[in-house]
Amino acid sequence: MVLSKEQMLDMYRKMQLIREFEETVAKLFSQGQIPGFVHLYVGEEAVAVGVCSNLNDKDYIASTHRGHGHGIARGASVNKMMAEIFGKMDGYCKGKGGSMHIADVELGFLGANGIVGAGLPLAAGAAFANKYLNNNGVAVCFFGDGASNRATFHEALNLASIWKLPVIFVCENNMYGISMCQKRHQNIADVADRAVAYGIPGVSVDGNDLMAVYEATAEAVKRARAGDGPTLIECKTYRYRGHFEGDACVYRCEEEVNEWKKKCPIQRFAARLTEMNIASREELEAIHREVKEQIEQAVEFARQSPYPDVSELTTDVYCD
Amino acid sequence: MLEMTYSQAINAALREEMRRDSRVFILGEDVGVFGGCFGVTAGLYEEFGPERVLDTPISETAIIGSAVGAAAAGLRPVPEIMFMDFMTVCMDEFFNQAAKMRYMFGGKARVPLTLRTVCGAGLGAAAQHSQSLEAWFVHMPGVKVVMPSTPADAKGLLAASIRDDNPVIFIEHKMLYGISGPVPEGEYTIPLGKADIKREGRDVTVVATSAMVHRALAAAETLAGEGIEVEVVDPRTLVPFDKETLLRSVEKTGRLVIVHEAVKTGGIGGEIAAIVAEEGFDFLDAPIKRVAAPFTPVPFSPPLEAAYIPDENKIIQAIREIV
Ligand SMILES: Cc1ncc(C[n+]2csc(CCOP(=O)(O)OP(=O)(O)O)c2C)c(N)n1
Repeated sequence: MVLSKEQMLDMYRKMQLIREFEETVAKLFSQGQIPGFVHLYVGEEAVAVGVCSNLNDKDYIASTHRGHGHGIARGASVNKMMAEIFGKMDGYCKGKGGSMHIADVELGFLGANGIVGAGLPLAAGAAFANKYLNNNGVAVCFFGDGASNRATFHEALNLASIWKLPVIFVCENNMYGISMCQKRHQNIADVADRAVAYGIPGVSVDGNDLMAVYEATAEAVKRARAGDGPTLIECKTYRYRGHFEGDACVYRCEEEVNEWKKKCPIQRFAARLTEMNIASREELEAIHREVKEQIEQAVEFARQSPYPDVSELTTDVYCD
Repeated sequence: MLEMTYSQAINAALREEMRRDSRVFILGEDVGVFGGCFGVTAGLYEEFGPERVLDTPISETAIIGSAVGAAAAGLRPVPEIMFMDFMTVCMDEFFNQAAKMRYMFGGKARVPLTLRTVCGAGLGAAAQHSQSLEAWFVHMPGVKVVMPSTPADAKGLLAASIRDDNPVIFIEHKMLYGISGPVPEGEYTIPLGKADIKREGRDVTVVATSAMVHRALAAAETLAGEGIEVEVVDPRTLVPFDKETLLRSVEKTGRLVIVHEAVKTGGIGGEIAAIVAEEGFDFLDAPIKRVAAPFTPVPFSPPLEAAYIPDENKIIQAIREIV
């Protein structure tokens, strides 16, 4: 896989941007500055970035309740995302959606989603549209190990298989669905094994290894664009934080979290970049500083943006 | 009397019913080890073990479908659907299977399941985690619909629901979990289909459900200062619905305001208004008023969400318009 230095640094930057965004949201939430529920993506950055770095502007993604990372990886503006999380007028959804519903269809982002497993058939549909319009676009659906037990998983994979849709199903197996460890919610170790039941390829990769995710996706995208149908990719990863902010995490131990923190996808990619002489420590640190500033500005942007006027309550229910 | 939160009262009812009847068991997402997304089932896993408090995969279709099967086969399941909004993904199991089984089987089946779920806005949880969908269930013959507003009602109504031989949807409100109130000591049940007059008054009847009962009571308190005596009626169960208490109250006051949090269009308020229009038209001295949410999904942004939920002022305004 030959990637230019710029591409590699862009992937590094995106992972840092997600990490910084999420840690900032965690802080603001704990200070009571953000309403509602927040589910953070810290620790899983390599999945969103590895996958989305393969996409172009005809492609779609469908996301989950843990969607900030997917949005950033897809190229969404951190300013507008932050404003949405604050419930402000300049947010992606005028403050009507909040963290769980950030979306921008024009950007090929069919939305985070409050309903677990809802994205799978949506992505199949977007892939169908691309195939119908003959524009060579693909669609990607992110979903969790927990979501892989929902009926929508089965129905979407089966439909995509028989219709040979250009769709990639990306399971982010972070080992938990809220408090339910994968061992307690399914009797298989690899969600990728389920691909057999639908007659499509299934691969399982180290989700904390950016290049592994990138390469598996590249292969699946190639298949999809060539008209060979869907692929199921499972990325084994871990969420550092609780299911939602405020979760006491009674269902898992500190040691497990610390073990996974040692496998940080960002540090791992940084080490790779320096070992391969693609970037120096200083260059990477400079990127990190820029990212921090970008997020500070996003928070400022969100703070400055006004709340929607109450007259907005009943707009957007129907098209005009 | 004991002082308990709404959440503790529900927990106590579950505990007592499980101790009383070994056929009662709980199943749902994160109800066991985690103690429930809102902490309502806390401690039950420890007391009754994994055979009676079952943590399920994220599989609502299987949760409700298997509860229907288990109920028909002699058990008394108490499934939990974490948010009422997720009922949308298992409607066949509830509507086409649970609700109709007895009728379709010529009266030869019982489906004693009590589905606990959570409605309501107010937490900034946005459009897919804040809905009040009770009207859907009221429209479905074969299902009983319960919406308690106080800890004491929640405890007695849940016990009665679990002992009932029909499918019951027991709708809790997320903003009520923390409120506390007096709860009678020991086991007791409150019959389904019996409304409660939460405050007596002679000038106007306000029928309110779930969290809106508290807003109606606050409005009544304010208006009492001006000499307007508001009677607040809490139906507590929407199916069966206590027409008698409603009609008797309207006969006394001559005026009716209906308050619910769900959107007005197609809401339960329309049904209540129709009952009075059909059977109590002569009692009315003024038009019936409904106070409910506008016809829109629940918004996320705090000022919009606050404007969405009917408040004390809107209730007062509606009362003033007809008194
Ligand atoms: C249909 C539905 N059921 C339940 C929920 C509540 N819920 C939200 S996230 C979640 C866990 C999801 O786990 P997983 O799919 O593994 O994703 P992760 O949170 O691990 O990223 C649950 C049960 C929901 N939002 N929608």
